[in-house]
Amino acid sequence: MFPIVHKRQLSDAVFEIGVSAPKIAAKARAGQFLMVRIDDRGERIPLTFSDWSAEEGWIRFIFMRVGKTTHQLSHLEVGDSLLDVVGPLGVPTHTDGVDRIAIIGGGVGVAVAYPVARAMADAGAKVSVIIGARNKELLILEDELRALPLERFVVVTDDGSAGIKGLVTHPLKELCEAGEIDEAFAVGPAIMMKFCAATTRDFSVPTTVSLNPIMVDGTGMCGACRVSVDGETKFGCVDGPDFDGHAVDFEELMSRQRVYSDLEREADADYSQGCQCHL
Amino acid sequence: MPERDPKQRASVFDEVGYGYTPEMALEEAMRCLQCKNPTCQEGCPVNIDIKGFIGAIIEGDHKRGVEILKERNALPAVCGRVCPQEEQCEQMCVLTKKGESVAIGRLERFLGDSDLACELDGRCVPAVAPSSGFRCAVVGSGPAGLACAGELAQLGHAVTIFESLHAPGGVLSYGIPEFRLPKVILDGEIETLSALGVELVTDTVVGQLVTVPELLAEEGFDAVFIGSGAGLPVFLGTPGENLNGVFSANEFLTRVNLLRAYEFPTSDTPVWRGRKVAVIGGGNVAMDAARTALRLGAEEVFLVYRRTEDEMPARKEEVHHAREEGVEFKMLCSPSEIVGRDGFVTGIVATRMELTEPDESGRRAPVCVMDSEFTIECDTVISAVGTRANPLLSKAAPELELTKRGYIVTDDDGTTNMPGVYAGGDIVTGAATVILAMGAGKKAAVAMDRWLRN
Ligand SMILES: Cc1cc2nc3c(=O)[nH]c(=O)nc-3n(C[C@H](O)[C@H](O)[C@H](O)COP(=O)(O)OP(=O)(O)OC[C@H]3O[C@@H](n4cnc5c(N)ncnc54)[C@H](O)[C@@H]3O)c2cc1C
Ligand SMILES: Cc1cc2nc3c(=O)[nH]c(=O)nc-3n(C[C@H](O)[C@H](O)[C@H](O)COP(=O)(O)OP(=O)(O)OC[C@H]3O[C@@H](n4cnc5c(N)ncnc54)[C@H](O)[C@@H]3O)c2cc1C
Ligand code: FES
Repeated sequence: MFPIVHKRQLSDAVFEIGVSAPKIAAKARAGQFLMVRIDDRGERIPLTFSDWSAEEGWIRFIFMRVGKTTHQLSHLEVGDSLLDVVGPLGVPTHTDGVDRIAIIGGGVGVAVAYPVARAMADAGAKVSVIIGARNKELLILEDELRALPLERFVVVTDDGSAGIKGLVTHPLKELCEAGEIDEAFAVGPAIMMKFCAATTRDFSVPTTVSLNPIMVDGTGMCGACRVSVDGETKFGCVDGPDFDGHAVDFEELMSRQRVYSDLEREADADYSQGCQCHL
Repeated sequence: MPERDPKQRASVFDEVGYGYTPEMALEEAMRCLQCKNPTCQEGCPVNIDIKGFIGAIIEGDHKRGVEILKERNALPAVCGRVCPQEEQCEQMCVLTKKGESVAIGRLERFLGDSDLACELDGRCVPAVAPSSGFRCAVVGSGPAGLACAGELAQLGHAVTIFESLHAPGGVLSYGIPEFRLPKVILDGEIETLSALGVELVTDTVVGQLVTVPELLAEEGFDAVFIGSGAGLPVFLGTPGENLNGVFSANEFLTRVNLLRAYEFPTSDTPVWRGRKVAVIGGGNVAMDAARTALRLGAEEVFLVYRRTEDEMPARKEEVHHAREEGVEFKMLCSPSEIVGRDGFVTGIVATRMELTEPDESGRRAPVCVMDSEFTIECDTVISAVGTRANPLLSKAAPELELTKRGYIVTDDDGTTNMPGVYAGGDIVTGAATVILAMGAGKKAAVAMDRWLRN
């Protein structure tokens, strides 16, 4: 059992939960993820580390309420427990030899961009961060990011309610044009990562993306998470989640993410009906 | 052995075989000739005293029968259900020549079940030697790991099993369906192991959370056994393999068995329920996937295999069950492409095959028949064409010697090139059987014990 020791609501649909897991905390690295299961009948879902403390023995993740399991998670409080937390999984984001990098986080992907930016800065890289969301309410971790030693910090929103109005690809393109970055790292919705990679491709700026295919075990056993990279089949959970953004087949990824959409709506409706809260 | 009616069972996950009543067990046991030289025992990879346990049934002493079984086999109720007896002990039974062999597997199951049916206190728990003071780590809780752990515990060592999934059992838990091996049976057998003092730690991926060298150097273990299986699915390598509706048997079966997707939405994990399902392969895995698809409501399930039924590696009993339940066999055809529309599967393009004359080894190879391509319409493809070694653990133990294909190199008794590290089961041999994995686990335990005490 993994007791919940921290909970915070970051926006209407985004929550942060911390659990006590000393062994996992001692091994966590930026870019890695966990598989979480709430209870005996629960689904295993992947969530990325957003923060951890090896000294205090806790790990945190940030999630967006999208379906049944994340709905259920959002109702848990400090003192409740998760039945299963497996991790750290996946290959840590590479930080060696990175000089000037742009880190782009979209939506709840900022939860991943934050530890990655921190790890890059710790490794001595000059880090620019661009975060984006649909509107001001959906921006997360702004204060935490501002506290890091960053070269630049740019906020964009679709509606202009915070930062610059527009898409994350605009400031990214400017950085590329000015020749101010050697590398990029993008995490967020697949469509956003696709356009970030398309933007940097024109400037031959190597770009890593952190993919989120559907997963079941997270250990390379089921093959649910397969993605095509440079025409080759790779497993998101063990070969990734980071991949070369210029080689990923994003259309396939997006199509595969939708495979269970109808069934998931059914589960969530079923759950919401039985549950007395007002969602 | 009485069985659930094929029509009725094809839509439920309840077990197919009901098992023997004590009267039936006695009647079957009486057929045993109690040979002076019981050849059946030679056919058993773990050398169970078959004559002995059947003798005990004849005498009505079931408790002793269980004891005899458990001297060699920690999971009789499991093995009695899933072992390919017809190619092992039963094939060597002298009655085979005259007609039908003694149903050794069913008798084993009968005893295993009657043992489990008592409360834990009443169960046969093998004796444990005085504590040796040594601590052993076992990676993986499949048959190899469970057998090794049980043996080590009996030899007096403190044993901890580390399992990456949330439930123990390996393929027994995530792969083999409820209708062949009910979870209560598996859980019961694992409970007996816990009664021996074996500690089970789930949710721990060795190679990620802790490495094999760390288990030895930092976590205070004196020896390690690796039984991590060969759980990495192989895909067909044909165009279209990543279309929606194409699954590895592992994903499909894990969703259903480990995560109980057949109870969705009262359980949370969904599974794709196809109408027309093509399963590719001819082994036990393919049979399980095909029969599971039927139970999830498929109208048609095809089994696509490139040789003929005679060459299918699946157990005969399971092939028979699959056919009874309505799985349609498409033999001698091999998929060359999976086709789809809007990202979803619509069919398989397959080529007809024929078998060559047998080569020196007696094997007949399948070869394509020219211009014989045809399409099998389907909305689901389940690939059950094999597995490989998962590199997760070995990547974090670079000194461990591996074969070119990633399997762990060991001696006959499971010794690896790393001092104190042993391995066995599918991670050494490639996909094999439950009983062979158990045999390897036990052998390694004996070697570990020798090494520890020297
Ligand atoms: C490596 C990785 C890291 C992730 N990190 C985060 C994170 O830090 N924060 C966060 O909010 N989300 C993260 N996700 C996505 C998160 O796993 C899904 O939002 C979650 O599984 C949804 O579950 P649900 O039952 O609430 O919703 P559902 O109703 O089941 O699904 C809603 C949508 O989520 C996606 N999804 C569903 N099941 C899975 C699954 N098993 N694996 C992956 N995606 C799935 C699908 O696109 C689906 O349409 C990550 C995904 C991956 C693969
Ligand atoms: C669907 C299916 C049906 C089958 N039917 C039969 C049958 O009827 N009869 C028969 O004899 N055989 C059958 N087999 C084959 C048989 O199940 C296997 O040969 C046997 O389970 C191998 O045992 P094992 O202990 O080596 O590995 P596994 O059973 O694969 O167990 C390995 C365990 O190790 C865990 N693990 C892996 N990596 C790590 C890690 N890094 N850290 C911690 N834990 C880890 C895994 O999660 C798993 O629990 C079947 C196989 C399948 C897939
Ligand atoms: S999630 Fe199962 S192989 Fe990656």
